[in-house]
Amino acid sequence: MPEQDRQDLSVIGQPLVKVDAAAKVTGQTVFADDLVLPRMAFARLLRSPHPHARIRSVDASRAAALPGVLATLVGSELPIPFGILPVSQDEHALALDKVRFVGDPVAAVAAIDEETAEAALGLIQVDYEVLPAIMSIEDALGREDVRIHDYGPHGNVHKEVAFDFGDVEAGFAEADHVREDTFFFEGNTHLPLEQHAAVAAHGPDGKLTLWSSTQTPHYVHRALAKVLEMPPAHIRVIACPNGGGFGGKSDPFSHEIVVAKLSMKTGRPVKVTLTREEVFYCHRGRHPVKMWIRTGLKRDGRITAMHFRTALDGGAYGSYGVASLYYTGALQTVTYGVPRYKFEGVRVFTNKPPCGPKRGHGTPQPRFALECHIDKFCADLALDPARWRMENTVAPGTITANQMQVRTIGLGECLQRVLDKSGYGDKHGRRPGGRGIGIAGSAYISGAGLPIYWNAMPHSGVQIKIDRGGGVTVFCGSTDIGQGSDSVLAYVVAEELGIEPRDIRVVTADTDLTPVDLGSYSSRVTLMTGNAAIEAARKLRTLVLGAAAQKLGVPVERLRAAGGRLWDSADPSRGLAFAEAAVLAEAAHGTLGAVGSYTPPRSVAKWKGAGVGPTPTYSYSAAAVEVSVDRETGIIRVDKVWIAHDVGRSINPLLVIGQVEGSVYMALGEALMEEQAFRKGRHKIPSLLEYKSPTTLEMPPVDTILVETLDPQGPYGAKECGQGPLLPVIPALASAVHDAVGVWIDEVPITPEKVLAALDQRYRRPQMPAVRYPETVRVAPLEAAAPATASGADPALRR
Amino acid sequence: MLRLPPFRYAAPGTARDAARLLAEYGADAMPVAGGTDLYPNMKRRQFTPRLLVGLRGLTEAHGIEVNGALTLGAMATLTEVAEHPAVRARWPAVARSASLVSSPPLRNAGTIGGNLCVDTRCNYYNQTEPWRASIGYCMKKDGHLCLVAPGSDICWALSSSDTAPVMIALDAEVTLVGPETDRRLAVRDLYGPDGIAYLAKRRDEILTRIHVPARAGWSMTYRKVRRRGSIDFPVLGVAAAVRLGTAGTVEEARLVLGAVHTSPVVAADAEQFLRGRVLDAETIEMAAGIAYKPAKPLDNADLSYAWRKRMVRVEVARALRELAGLPTGDLPPVVAAV
Amino acid sequence: MDRIRLRLRVNGEERECLAPVHHTLLEVLREELGLTGTKHGCELGECGTCTVLVDGRPILSCVALPVECEGREITTVEGLAGATLHPLQEAFAELGAAQCGYCTPGFLLTAAALLAEKPAATRPEIAEATAGNLCRCTGYLKIFEAIELAAERTRNA
Repeated sequence: MPEQDRQDLSVIGQPLVKVDAAAKVTGQTVFADDLVLPRMAFARLLRSPHPHARIRSVDASRAAALPGVLATLVGSELPIPFGILPVSQDEHALALDKVRFVGDPVAAVAAIDEETAEAALGLIQVDYEVLPAIMSIEDALGREDVRIHDYGPHGNVHKEVAFDFGDVEAGFAEADHVREDTFFFEGNTHLPLEQHAAVAAHGPDGKLTLWSSTQTPHYVHRALAKVLEMPPAHIRVIACPNGGGFGGKSDPFSHEIVVAKLSMKTGRPVKVTLTREEVFYCHRGRHPVKMWIRTGLKRDGRITAMHFRTALDGGAYGSYGVASLYYTGALQTVTYGVPRYKFEGVRVFTNKPPCGPKRGHGTPQPRFALECHIDKFCADLALDPARWRMENTVAPGTITANQMQVRTIGLGECLQRVLDKSGYGDKHGRRPGGRGIGIAGSAYISGAGLPIYWNAMPHSGVQIKIDRGGGVTVFCGSTDIGQGSDSVLAYVVAEELGIEPRDIRVVTADTDLTPVDLGSYSSRVTLMTGNAAIEAARKLRTLVLGAAAQKLGVPVERLRAAGGRLWDSADPSRGLAFAEAAVLAEAAHGTLGAVGSYTPPRSVAKWKGAGVGPTPTYSYSAAAVEVSVDRETGIIRVDKVWIAHDVGRSINPLLVIGQVEGSVYMALGEALMEEQAFRKGRHKIPSLLEYKSPTTLEMPPVDTILVETLDPQGPYGAKECGQGPLLPVIPALASAVHDAVGVWIDEVPITPEKVLAALDQRYRRPQMPAVRYPETVRVAPLEAAAPATASGADPALRR
Repeated sequence: MLRLPPFRYAAPGTARDAARLLAEYGADAMPVAGGTDLYPNMKRRQFTPRLLVGLRGLTEAHGIEVNGALTLGAMATLTEVAEHPAVRARWPAVARSASLVSSPPLRNAGTIGGNLCVDTRCNYYNQTEPWRASIGYCMKKDGHLCLVAPGSDICWALSSSDTAPVMIALDAEVTLVGPETDRRLAVRDLYGPDGIAYLAKRRDEILTRIHVPARAGWSMTYRKVRRRGSIDFPVLGVAAAVRLGTAGTVEEARLVLGAVHTSPVVAADAEQFLRGRVLDAETIEMAAGIAYKPAKPLDNADLSYAWRKRMVRVEVARALRELAGLPTGDLPPVVAAV
Repeated sequence: MDRIRLRLRVNGEERECLAPVHHTLLEVLREELGLTGTKHGCELGECGTCTVLVDGRPILSCVALPVECEGREITTVEGLAGATLHPLQEAFAELGAAQCGYCTPGFLLTAAALLAEKPAATRPEIAEATAGNLCRCTGYLKIFEAIELAAERTRNA
């Protein structure tokens, strides 16, 4: 029986308690800032007060002389650049010669306590030559004379791309109707409640240990080795449980490198805990994106061609930006049929905190644009937008125009389920009194098909050992950021070995102890670590079951294992405990341990840039959002959300629903109120009071529907669920507002001011900036494509 | 972690002693009630007093008394005020405004006296020291310009008290205890001329009690506009109170706006207009049209100032409709969707 | 920095320590008393993460002075469980109301105070009582359900 169709599961699919739940509800989970080491010192970072300036000099001597100060640090002591992508090594731990946003780190101090370190910052003298600040996409494109970085194709363009898949102009020529729209998605940030913290300890053995609230210990490990010029073997990075991540702790950060260096300088452990304001400066959140979309359609609604343009405000550094840029063009094709597709995109540098990956990485913006655009062209053609979506979902097994490979697709079922449950058909366009309902669909990746840096190694590794008491320890580099990845490892191994999750100890996210997992980003962890864990566990299962079969004198095929016991399926009274079987297996085979690893299947896409978008399998979602709009104030109240998510298979439905509900929450915040606002070159509102994260009183009831497509790529058929469900909520809300009061707000957040302006016919629609996109690369259809290149990182991400 | 600047702490047992400490230390000392507004400001270095005079030990500033009139100890927490049965029944706008301040845990520490004296707010001012240094400081603290209105010679930080508009609308008074003498002052006169000198209370006076007259025969309400249902300061507050005669005409009216100026704004023209009229839909619209004129929101709080100004008209009308027993125009409650 | 002697009653224990008077209750709990279960997200009274109970009422420890808490009963998340978990802790664990777990201590204490006062709190009352506590992971719904479950079990116990 294909793996994904297995019905004999005893752990998988159960609403089990998370393995770390008891620690979390008793306050015993040790987050990075909870660590206390003997002789520990405390660091603070001095940050730039200017959005853009050249550094003439930095003098930390007065700070160094302050009693209680143990060490100071300036940029010239850490001159080697770093960055998450090999192609954008454009950050320094402390600014070398330029600062590029208000909040860019310039110098650091370690002292006997945090207050002394803070006081010492005030004694550091920095001489700046202030430069003009670039604060918008338009400025960045228009001011070629002011360059934020000295790399990139020209001006402040960080990266530009243009691809035509299948002659889009020919497609428009065939169309009966062509529609164009422009949209804007404002930037917003992750806002994990835990402020980033890190503790470094450089020991007398010359080895360095860093504990950090990071989602990607492996990449931090690499960055530390590079910048500190230390052998990676002498560095150990331990990711503490993250108090929320959402993508905001996925880059290697200045403060992590700084405490490492300060620990080396002082010979003492050094801790840094960022303030909330500093977390806003770390950012790496949602890119502001201007988008233009043009679609050609037949009268019956079939798309003949789609042309999508994006312009991303990247902020001051590269971060994941090249990937983000590609993502704004990648997934338009995997939901509804698009036979010819053209994508042009540009990412520019501005003097703001750097943007990067936030939940949905690069895809919520185009998904918002695309789904609103669909409603609009359906209105043009007098088509029902719900029916259009149902009729135009791509078929399973499709390879799209841009060579993305769709495997299983539950989009149609997701749409149908939310339509049925929400009563959309009876409500849409039919109700007075400012009430409205909208729907949208979406797709997301279950892990990226390629790693961030070129290598031919697995993306995820799992190691398991069994002790003589039947205890099982699972080692994996994955990082639990609250999503439950530690629990997923325990569930999978428990399922395979026929034991209880509580009999498993999970050791994760420690570069000394655990095999590499690339990190908790791109919704990759359940699929990749799950598959690696299955591989490792089955090796041990074979040994343990074999030993048990021999002892019981029954064929191994007849053995069943669950709940810590193995038994003869023909005579369930004949069996033995897992611990006994483990002892027999160790006696027979020696010490019991096994490893498993996972590498995603090779993508069929062959064009340069096709490293972004392919995935082992796409998840799909659909949402219906019901709102009431106050016509006098423009205030939107979300009354209810229905959301269906194609999760492949629920490893634990409780955790899946939690991810879905959390995604809905974050989407509503983005749709209605969250934004990174800037004024006079500064973040306008870097606080939890003024950056508006919805409270309990804004959260509507959510009806979550899980759709299981049992994907052959996923462990037991599972896909991702942590990011995709955010995507359809935002456009569905925009559509609901339109249904309620008849106005389209073509940007997010959809604020009361914009709604009122639109009701007054004063709403100024977003405009696309004048972008010179590069010459279009025409990508030949797949059958005529060049032979496959070796697997590895996307060439576009390589240096 | 953001931390408080160092200070010494005194805990006097009487308001007189507290006032004397404040007089003795002058600008180096500040009183603290619940601390929920002061401590964040101190952490951002808006204030760095060398001495904090804690008011928790002032027995005369505690308790809620009802005997015809209402006397609130200034140290009564906002929760105590909001939940007090007699306050809820007889001065519902007082209870309501207290219940809408910030968030539940803040209201358990924050006091009614503290809310009346809450520092004016501006999103150029309520920022950390490094942020303010980066932009060059504003005149309210360490700078010379008003950054929201650079041509202005006064500070435009917003009065952000929820309870002050209600207290003014109800003609409440406060007891101020000084180093030598006590005085009573109408809450209407408690506020100063701009966002810096926003209190008429002297530095060395302690606000100990709030006296709210009996308001039998009055209808009253308080409406608050903010982005979220909790935590946020008001971007607009509307306190409204009317006493209707037997013929349904307005005998007395009070309309006070919060968060639209450096102090609460009495919409006197609208009050005057309402007097003698029947509180019907048309009158309400006209009154709202008059009331919103003195509001002067600027770009220093959440949401755009144009929208906030427009909301004054909407919210005044809704408040009056509430008092008239007319449908307010608010969204109907969510019908539980099945 | 001058330190003062603080006598605090925390989770039923009399604790003494020396700390600067300007260190907040949050700092003293975490840094002097080793009670790191109390978390912090802003230190400005804006998120509810550092909520503890003082005399049974939720307050924000980041804007409270320990010297003003002397003689009062302070409860942190470490004080909720006895030999077994508190019903709220059980329910939060069971229903997945703690994802990253960082806001969890604040929610648990806020909920404990609510249920002490209103054992049959309704959903709107729960939402109102917890409206000062931000959570970025859960969308609050599992938290509401967990509080309701704990309330029901406590009533039926």
